[in-house]
Amino acid sequence: MLKSREELQVLRSSCATRLNTENKRVIVCAGAGCVSKGALKIYDKFAEIMKGKGVNFSLELQKDPHGDSVRLKQSGCHGFCEVGPLVRIEPQGWLYVKVKVEDCEEIVEKTVIGGECVERLAYTQDGIVYKEQKEIPFYKKQTRLILDNCDKIDATSIEEYIATGGYTALEKALFDMKSEDIINEISESGLRGRGGGGFPAGRKWSQVARQNNFPKYVVCNGDEGDPGAFMDRSVMEDDPHRMIEGMIIAGIACGANDGYIYVRAEYPKAVARLNLAIKQATELGLLGDNILGTGYSFKMHINRGAGAFVCGEGSALTASIEGKRGMPRTKPPRTVEHGLFDKPTVLNNVETYANVSTIINNGSEWYKKIGTETSTGTKTFALTGNIQNAGLIEVPMGTTLREVIFDIGGGVRDGGEFKAVQIGGPSGGCLTEEHFDLPLDFDSLSKVGAIIGSGGLVVMDKKTCMVEVARFFMDFTQKESCGKCVPCREGTKRMLEILNRIVDGKGEDGDIELLKELGETISKTALCGLGKTAAGPVLSTIKYFEDEYRAHIYDKKCPAGACQKLKTITIDPELCKGCSKCARNCPVSAIKGEIKKPFTIDQKLCIKCGACLSNCPFKAIKEV
Amino acid sequence: MSTFDYTVLDRAIEEFGNAESSLISILQSAQEHYRYLPREVFPYLAEKLNISEAKIYGVATFYENFSLEQKGKYVIKVCDGTACHVRHSVPILEALRKELGLSEQKKTTDDLMFTVETVACLGACSSAPAITLNNEIYPTMTPEMAVALVKSLKENG
Amino acid sequence: MSEYMIIDGIKVQIEGEKNVLELARKAGIEIPAFCYDPDLSIYGACRMCMFEDERGRLDASCSCKPRDGMVIKTNTPKLRKYRKMILELLLANHCRDCTICHMSGKCKLQEFAYKFNIEGVRFPNNACALSPDSSSNCIIREPGKCILCGKCVRICNEIQSVGAIDYAFRGSKMKIATAFDGDIANSPCVGCGQCAAVCPTGAITIRDDADQVWKAIGNPDIEVSVQVAPAVRVGLGTEFGFAEGENVMGKLVTALREMGFDKVYDTNIGADLTIMEESNELVQRVKNGGKLPMFTSCCPAWIRFAEDKYPDLLDNISTCKSPMQMLASTIKATYTGEKKHIHVAIMPCSAKKDEARREKFGGAVDYVLSTQEVVRMIREHGIHFKYLEESFPDSPFKEYTGASVIFGATGGVMEAALRTAVETLTGKNLDCVEFKEVRGMEGVKEAEYDVNGLKVKVAAVSGLKNAAMVCDKVRAGECDYQFIEIMSCPGGCVNGAGQPFVDAFKRSDMDYKGMRAKGLYDTDAGMSNRKSHLNESINALYDNFFGKVGSHKAHELLHTSYEPKKK
Repeated sequence: MLKSREELQVLRSSCATRLNTENKRVIVCAGAGCVSKGALKIYDKFAEIMKGKGVNFSLELQKDPHGDSVRLKQSGCHGFCEVGPLVRIEPQGWLYVKVKVEDCEEIVEKTVIGGECVERLAYTQDGIVYKEQKEIPFYKKQTRLILDNCDKIDATSIEEYIATGGYTALEKALFDMKSEDIINEISESGLRGRGGGGFPAGRKWSQVARQNNFPKYVVCNGDEGDPGAFMDRSVMEDDPHRMIEGMIIAGIACGANDGYIYVRAEYPKAVARLNLAIKQATELGLLGDNILGTGYSFKMHINRGAGAFVCGEGSALTASIEGKRGMPRTKPPRTVEHGLFDKPTVLNNVETYANVSTIINNGSEWYKKIGTETSTGTKTFALTGNIQNAGLIEVPMGTTLREVIFDIGGGVRDGGEFKAVQIGGPSGGCLTEEHFDLPLDFDSLSKVGAIIGSGGLVVMDKKTCMVEVARFFMDFTQKESCGKCVPCREGTKRMLEILNRIVDGKGEDGDIELLKELGETISKTALCGLGKTAAGPVLSTIKYFEDEYRAHIYDKKCPAGACQKLKTITIDPELCKGCSKCARNCPVSAIKGEIKKPFTIDQKLCIKCGACLSNCPFKAIKEV
Repeated sequence: MSTFDYTVLDRAIEEFGNAESSLISILQSAQEHYRYLPREVFPYLAEKLNISEAKIYGVATFYENFSLEQKGKYVIKVCDGTACHVRHSVPILEALRKELGLSEQKKTTDDLMFTVETVACLGACSSAPAITLNNEIYPTMTPEMAVALVKSLKENG
Repeated sequence: MSEYMIIDGIKVQIEGEKNVLELARKAGIEIPAFCYDPDLSIYGACRMCMFEDERGRLDASCSCKPRDGMVIKTNTPKLRKYRKMILELLLANHCRDCTICHMSGKCKLQEFAYKFNIEGVRFPNNACALSPDSSSNCIIREPGKCILCGKCVRICNEIQSVGAIDYAFRGSKMKIATAFDGDIANSPCVGCGQCAAVCPTGAITIRDDADQVWKAIGNPDIEVSVQVAPAVRVGLGTEFGFAEGENVMGKLVTALREMGFDKVYDTNIGADLTIMEESNELVQRVKNGGKLPMFTSCCPAWIRFAEDKYPDLLDNISTCKSPMQMLASTIKATYTGEKKHIHVAIMPCSAKKDEARREKFGGAVDYVLSTQEVVRMIREHGIHFKYLEESFPDSPFKEYTGASVIFGATGGVMEAALRTAVETLTGKNLDCVEFKEVRGMEGVKEAEYDVNGLKVKVAAVSGLKNAAMVCDKVRAGECDYQFIEIMSCPGGCVNGAGQPFVDAFKRSDMDYKGMRAKGLYDTDAGMSNRKSHLNESINALYDNFFGKVGSHKAHELLHTSYEPKKK
């Protein structure tokens, strides 16, 4: 238990010395992507081989390390999930990609013992071999502030966090700053909430600080529910202390003594990591009563979500922590006045809190230099979909879409052609080629009717049907609607009905207008943010791809060739041998013909189930 | 009914307390233990937490993770997040349902071996399309791989 | 400095109004709403009540606080468009069998659909496929008509703390349900019917038993008698053009005779009987160290509530049957006619329908009709109610006292009992019979009286949440009342769920409960005999039939017992 600032400083310097003495490291990425591809087996294999070969190695930060020992460690997500499992070799900074268990022997032999690079495992793009991670184009354009620790430290070790400067911001906030100073610094930095709306964090904090109603609460929204987004997960799993530190500082600034972290149900590892981090911080006296002898107390609680996207909405989230149905309530009163348990509450998301220690440590002046004037700092994005380099990235606010998709993302997957990128998840909209040079920041996006949201970027190629994508998002929001307000509950249901009809080839004249009318009513009148943005994907796809809608409705064609029900299945008479297998497998008897003569499909009867297609021995049946 | 073992609930109440705000945590403990929420849970918690049974039912039916029906030994969740969706997760779901004779309404096989459901996003978007089998992630699946997985589970009981 | 808002160009002074909707009403502008009710928490779900500010932004008027200098419009092309779409969406999911719906003519959805000129619904409708729940003796639930405004859930939980229903599922699958979506009859529902009283559509209505009553009336081999509860006479008039709270008993008696009831009695006689027995019981408990405090037993929803939630307090409840049952038992026991005798009770209440079916009461009341049903029957019979002559109920149960008529208002039973108990205990004549401390519409009223040196502490409670609060205190030994009156419906029987429908706007505009109660108190004040024990019909009844108050026979016919609800 640390009882003073000095004790923390002593611990930090000893941790730092120990960490710096670690010279050689083999870092296995244990992010979700790499783990799903077998990273943990690779880690075990390394340990087994090193042991077998008598390599002097350790799995943990050693109490008294010697320079010649090798550290084998699991780190958090490196972001470059596409080419995982990833292994980084330090001090050289070499990155090995798509590592297999069979490669471990060679890596130990050549690299760990021999000190040379296994070039066949290095990343190659356009014929160039990139040995060092920092040279790879995917990393080169990134600025990793929030994700800085993720690929470096062992997230289960508070000592490693402290060794790399962790809890210095807390120290500063406790001993060198008054609560107004903290709020000023945050306000000055221009930090805006990373959860969606982009509300200035400093203003929110000062509103809570002003309330004369105790107790107050600090709540962290870790209910990252946007399908296609996993930035917050990475922070919670791979650098939990960064977020916790940010929350304690918010508590000091606002006069709160309790923090609640609401974590999405699908993230059990994040819950485990946060629990461990809270335990460690409490044991060291960085959480709990009388932190570092200052008399200030802060306790942290974890609430697991139970599967409801709408709980990402502030008042639904607090309702859920209170044990109720996650139904948003009307505002006013606002959360800053009457939030959790009806008390003043600071509610920010994971990434917002993760920015706090960086700002306190480096000052707002330094922070403001990153990003744009009105959107300062960096933003993490989950880059997914039909993109070459799917993964987790962090770039300064204002980086253009082109840089993200082409320089970092490596362009469309498998040589496909770019069609659109969906930003902001089910609440957002799509951006097209015309937006390639659009800076990704709060205001520029809001001007084109999109939102940053929590930061999911899903790239779609020409084979993706935009009507179907809109239908997919509407299906999602419709299922996730809490059901409270009429426009969202009834409106999304009807929009989905219409979209389902359209992709099934039963669209009618007037559907586009009706979708717009419904969309506008929902956007303007729904009770909460989820409802207000529910129609976003539909309205924005209608805006940019109305032709596709029209083709579905009037020509009964899907230009992308993606909608099953709009496909025509035909038999090529040249290839058909007249075996009748197709006709026998057709569930609706739509195929007729004479044996040994070409068969034909009655299009009026065909339900496009594809049974004939998979049963034809001569590949004579085609889908267009 | 008399044989129902309430100790799991008692332990959860002890851990989280008997305030209304503990309800979801207690239900989660019950769900983890029984793998669904047996009916007996409701009147018991209603009395211990002083919340109406209708309210507890309302909470249990609001959140996706709570199930009022028993689930199979193997719970397969097909991710239908955006990334998985655009990389064709739906055919995987359909193949699994066809293989096991399940549908959107009927999620669990009669022998209580398999449950197939969708999940909004696993956050494993780089491994799309992904499925989970009892919470273990299986990356970059195809309908064929999924069916093969089910077949091997069937053989091994 | 006064604060003002400009609403549709009208300058309106802000005088502590809770929200813009109420302030607009003051300016004479009715903003449409489904989910707003002045007595319930703000829910903000229907989105009909939105307004537009100067910058074109929309907000809900039910949740927005009035601010000085705010300039808003409540009717703009945008708002009209959205309201119409919301209505269309609701209508698309609503079983539109309006012509055969009990709420036809009073339904808010019907009213707005008409007012907003909704000419068509562009979405498919399957709402009528949902089957109704008719398991309860008191109410019928029709989920196909529910617009999920949440008023029923809020009143059941916030005002009544019964918790029979709540929101279940989510999104388009959301519905109002009991636990496990079971029959309402198997839920903690106490039948108070307050959910039906606030439901803006026909999704929850009071069970209708008029058909059976018509059948009995039409059968020449059956003698049909009827009794009319106190609160009915001050609730029914508005339906026929009388002022709220006006006592129309005389006309109602005439109407009932015209409709074919053979005998018309007044429940007030039952109330006087109740006072005789109940004040005696109280005096006995006080004198003999019996279980105190004693709770009243007139309200059947309260009895159900206690049997479910406070089984340990059942011995504290008076063993007296309710006035309805006392009178019915007496009528049936003293009936000497040849014909089969059917007895009907007209009550302001839905729970009385259930009370009549309690096994212990042996079916003394065959049918209970709510005020609403009687209104409909009067109309069906083609009676011009307003122009009827007044007439008196039939003897021998015709003479009643002022004490009995005030039973219909919260605190009335208490006051009536005090008039008799105090005189019994002191042996002296009361100069002032009005116990004003227990009058009024507050949920919990307390008073302490010095009776011959004996301190009598009483409380009159209405609304079951208030009742639960008091019961919790009694349970914890934290209150020293001797006598507690409990009525389930806020304000007492005048606000019973069987009374004519009062929409949310009327609820916020006028104190209709207070006006109805005033009607009863005025009647009391105008009576020469205001004490039950001085009712000569009652005394004759004891002399000729029961013997003494609290006699064996009285116990047999006028008292009952309670059992904890089986779970």
